[in-house]
Amino acid sequence: MTTDPTTTATEEAPAPAVAPAIDPRLLVREAGFAGYLSEFKRKMKSGDLGSVPVVLGLILIAAIFQGLTGDFLKADNLTNITKWIAGPGLIAVGVVFVLLLGEIDLSLGSLAGVSAAIAAVLSVRSGVNEWAAVLIAIAAALAMGALHGFFFAKIGVPAFVVTLAGMLAWSGLQNYVLGDKGTANVLNDGVIANLDTYFLGDGDVIYAWLFAILGIVLFGAGQVLDHRRRTAAGLTARPMSEIALRTGVLAVIALAAAYTLNQDRGLPLPLVIFLAVVVITDFVLRRTGYGRQVFAVGGGVEAARRAGINVAWVRISVYMIAAGMAALGGLFIASQQGSADKMLGGGNALMNSIAAAVIGGTSLFGGRGKTWSALLGILVIQSIITGLDLVHVNQAIQYMITGAVLLGAVVLDSVSRRTQKSAGRG
Amino acid sequence: MTGAPVLALRGVSKRFGAVQALTDVHLEVNAGEVVALVGDNGAGKSTLVKTIAGVHPIDEGAIEWEGKPVDINRPQAAQALGVATVYQDLALCDNLDVVGNLFLGRELRRFGTLDEVAMEKRAKELLDTLSIRIPSVRIPIAALSGGQRQVVAIARALVGDPKIVILDEPTAALGVEQTAQVLDLVERLRERGLGVILISHNMADVKAVADTVAVLRLGRNNGVFEVATTSHEEIISAITGATENAVTRRQARLAEEAK
Repeated sequence: MTTDPTTTATEEAPAPAVAPAIDPRLLVREAGFAGYLSEFKRKMKSGDLGSVPVVLGLILIAAIFQGLTGDFLKADNLTNITKWIAGPGLIAVGVVFVLLLGEIDLSLGSLAGVSAAIAAVLSVRSGVNEWAAVLIAIAAALAMGALHGFFFAKIGVPAFVVTLAGMLAWSGLQNYVLGDKGTANVLNDGVIANLDTYFLGDGDVIYAWLFAILGIVLFGAGQVLDHRRRTAAGLTARPMSEIALRTGVLAVIALAAAYTLNQDRGLPLPLVIFLAVVVITDFVLRRTGYGRQVFAVGGGVEAARRAGINVAWVRISVYMIAAGMAALGGLFIASQQGSADKMLGGGNALMNSIAAAVIGGTSLFGGRGKTWSALLGILVIQSIITGLDLVHVNQAIQYMITGAVLLGAVVLDSVSRRTQKSAGRG
Repeated sequence: MTGAPVLALRGVSKRFGAVQALTDVHLEVNAGEVVALVGDNGAGKSTLVKTIAGVHPIDEGAIEWEGKPVDINRPQAAQALGVATVYQDLALCDNLDVVGNLFLGRELRRFGTLDEVAMEKRAKELLDTLSIRIPSVRIPIAALSGGQRQVVAIARALVGDPKIVILDEPTAALGVEQTAQVLDLVERLRERGLGVILISHNMADVKAVADTVAVLRLGRNNGVFEVATTSHEEIISAITGATENAVTRRQARLAEEAK
């Protein structure tokens, strides 16, 4: 009966006599736009909040600071925010991978610091080619991540302890690499320096528009192709009205962002790289066998093992990915402050990244989340920090407010988990 | 049911340190036959199943697959032959949807990426041929009831087109209706020509679906019965070892004393 599109394309079609009668308790999704709305309402009620709270939070934050200062929504401020989120945001992408396993990595801040230190010291003091220095730094971080993964997956030391030891050890290595001076300025107008300061085409407006339109077209085309394939296979497909709505929302956001960026200095390189990393990692997690393995290990280690998944390898590779992301993030932070120093990656850099992943909607309990939550979460955190800077609130208050937002996000995660359980979706 | 049985154990023994878990056990499973494996706790049912599934390699004896002797010393070897095992704890990933779980570890790919459309289509076909009713194949396993999870776990075993399916206590935690659903499913497996090994403590289930009952007692064969011609009591007495139990010992002692 699956080959018969009339019975499967719309689930409310009367079942043929041979097919099992549809259970009256089952949820039946109406076709078309009404179905989309009712499905959305049902998801909200059952605690499957998705990104709704974050988006509402972002709008609220923007409204508050715009009201207080009148400067928050100005093009140069928003452009600065998109530049600043790249470093901690990339670290947060790594955090998402680790959280999907239901684990934690406390060493990512130190890894960011030590990678930036290696790249800066190699290129400035040892005269190594800057590209080579960057690659060596990332490779070193991957090796450190593999070491964490090895002790966790093969020896069985709890990840918390392994990465705590890593946090101390790598921050020691960071100080050692930097030597007595304790800081290494990046080369003027070099590769690392340009990571933060470069604008595509030196601010040519065409790039922002191009990327926005490219994103909209690719998204829309992908959705339509998927719709066609599913309909051809006789499966329920997302209705065209919903595709139009989604593409429309994306178009508004992307075009508004492109317009705003062009009002200032154009499309910043850090934003492009960060977005590319988020899109690629999201694709890897949702559409590849490897991503499925990560989710499987996060959802049930024993089930994954019996399905023939090499659990140890998945764990080690995830710690390597997290370390690689941290290294990349560290380079962006070094680029932004113009130097790699002993403080880089210390303080609350790690906490901000973990907070970003959780605020964005990735569960601390494993198995649920996406890398987009790194983008949304870090936007929230950076907006709060920038906004509070604009109203000249001192750092002590900033910490407290960021802490409260993080607690709020975790409470939301826990409560939504509980609601999902009682709604049978936990 | 002509020719050699799909799976035959000939004089299989298995020892764990000081414990002789299995001694000279024989078992045959034909295509389209449901063999119930019964026995008390510790009788060796699980060990026997694990030797077939490749978890515990056998110490002595031989395993024959379609008449030819084979070595099953790894779970992958058993899977490659066509043995699918559904363990009691199901081993499903709660966060993945039904399709994801059905194809976990053997995802269909297209240009190197997951082919969700083909997987969903095959999942629907499979569930339809088994008359399995679940709300949606895109619902996470966590949202399903115990019975639904059990049928998904069994369906999952069938994705690899096995010839023998081993079900470890499939109805142990299920309600009346769900048990009936699982038993229906076992019958459908038989109709598809699969050999089924069903471990169960529930005599009603055994009588309902099994063709043959193989009884294990203290790691040895204690009789193989045709379900149709065997009474409930005969099976129970084979399980408990009615010829050698507290009651018979007392009778023997009394008879001894009377002399």
